[in-house]
Amino acid sequence: MDICYEIKDLKVGFETFEGFKRALDIKHLEIYKGETFGLVGESGAGKSVLALTSLKLLPIPPGVIESGEILLNGENILNKNEKQIREIRGKKISMIFQDPMSSLNPVFTVGEQIVRVIVNNQKVSRREAEKKAVEMINMVKLPDAKNIMRKYPHELSGGQRQRVIIAVALSCGAEFLIADEPTRNLDVTIQAGILKLIYELKKELKMTTLFIANNMSLVSAICDRIGILHEGRIVEIGSVHEVVQNPKHPYTQILRNAIPRNPSVLNRIMVKEDLEEGIEGCGYYKRCPHRKPVCKNNLPEMQLVEGTHYVACFKEFERGEPDE
Amino acid sequence: MNKLSSLYKSIKPRIKELKLSLYLLKRNKLTYFALVVIAMLVLIAVFAPYIAPFPSHIYGSTNPEDSLLPPGSKYFFGTDELGRDIFSRVLYGTRISLQTALLTVALALLIGVPLGAIAGTLGGFIDEAIMRVTDIFLSFPPLLLAIAIAAFLGPSLTNAMLAIAISWWPWYTRLVRGQAVSLRERQFVKAARAIGTPPLRIIFGHIVPNCIAPVIVQASMDLGGVILTASALSFLGLGAQPPTPEWGLMVSTSRTYFLNGWWYSIFPGLAIFFTVLAFNLLGDGLREILDPKTRQY
Repeated sequence: MDICYEIKDLKVGFETFEGFKRALDIKHLEIYKGETFGLVGESGAGKSVLALTSLKLLPIPPGVIESGEILLNGENILNKNEKQIREIRGKKISMIFQDPMSSLNPVFTVGEQIVRVIVNNQKVSRREAEKKAVEMINMVKLPDAKNIMRKYPHELSGGQRQRVIIAVALSCGAEFLIADEPTRNLDVTIQAGILKLIYELKKELKMTTLFIANNMSLVSAICDRIGILHEGRIVEIGSVHEVVQNPKHPYTQILRNAIPRNPSVLNRIMVKEDLEEGIEGCGYYKRCPHRKPVCKNNLPEMQLVEGTHYVACFKEFERGEPDE
Repeated sequence: MNKLSSLYKSIKPRIKELKLSLYLLKRNKLTYFALVVIAMLVLIAVFAPYIAPFPSHIYGSTNPEDSLLPPGSKYFFGTDELGRDIFSRVLYGTRISLQTALLTVALALLIGVPLGAIAGTLGGFIDEAIMRVTDIFLSFPPLLLAIAIAAFLGPSLTNAMLAIAISWWPWYTRLVRGQAVSLRERQFVKAARAIGTPPLRIIFGHIVPNCIAPVIVQASMDLGGVILTASALSFLGLGAQPPTPEWGLMVSTSRTYFLNGWWYSIFPGLAIFFTVLAFNLLGDGLREILDPKTRQY
């Protein structure tokens, strides 16, 4: 399969008052053409940093890209200049942001906003762009497109707005879509609708998608493969089936069971703590229920479990050592 | 028919908002009063030469035998030292003052708003450069700066307008920059960047339209301030030159005759007073209508 999007040795951090903080440290990640890749991790894991870095939208400073490459169809995005990157944004990579409530400009009608994007990106006349805008609104399954066109964002519900935002993001014809928690701030039934829409559009447009979420069950519904991001590192990666059915990394196991179904589960959930400085080993050391001395000072490498399933954890591979 | 009803359905909320604005306007008596006064001023300004009882008195012609007559049935506001009808001249002065105010504020907006939006959106060195220049302008007392520039350019109404605009734009730059700095962090600006919108289009397509409300409020209050400043410059001899029937100039000339002709300075002065008051009240009212947080239902 052809690789659409690839990350090599990416290290991104932030220069802060308390010193330098590493936010992302990804050795290798590839997303194939046409697939939907789900990236799961708790808040603060670096998911949004990855999304912003992929479009060179990370504010620098305080952000620092230390090293590494992000390749889109073999071309490194990170060393493009501002003008070149603008040719990529929207036209090759598009992004859906977290919060549908604030992603639309409040002073223009949604029709105007879609039309403007189409006119700017596809060099067509206004009349034609209006026709296309109606098509886009129909495509995201909003009823009565002509009426929706004349509405202001505050007159639409959250789900409707997110559909409009998807329409805007898709109207430039990008081949790679980054969806950064597109269902955040939406209630559960609306989430399902948006998920279904993204799933259908992805099949229809044969788009490669990076779907970012903090909830494994969300991702498993529409993704082909999943990566688990923890403290900026990918700790487990594999097909949905492999990771969800047979999670190997203790963090993945806890993440999978993170939705409390009864009170006894609550005791097992370890709350995220502040990063302890000076730990060279596994980022999950402090919270890990299976930790061993080796984890403290050594960083586990990604190793094959089976098929396409990789995990970075000593527990899995050093069975020789006595457990607990 | 179906098309029409769909059109109506989508326009309905607009109509409702318009009705709400009108309702708020009516509830706010002072703003309503201000709006009526301004509407009258605009009508007077447009039709001044036609409604003035003595159009020839507006400029050159003199009438020495009727000099300094008190208000009466022939001359409503009395006459000046050259026997010209003050009523006609005050009416025509409306046109001059409104023109001055609108053009000056427009010029100041044209300089100030783009600079503020650029500074606030782009940040960094450009921001520093623009805002430090702005600070320099703001460190002079506004009237003093206008006087200095007007004196440098030479006394005429056009130069006075230029002088006021030059001393006025930094206020808009500051206002808009503040707005832009907070707007550029908003999600829709980030989203616009994410789909490859070039910076200039972000500034004028997203930032500026979202700063309009406070700018309108500030500008409508400034219309009054500019009229006041222009009158002050004319009063000091740096603005309109005789025989232009400018209010400030008329008050200035009338000082000599104040003891035996109170009407000469009172009526142009009242004209200035009511106009400035009306614009200030309108500004206050607009703020209330445009900003839901200060609305009192």
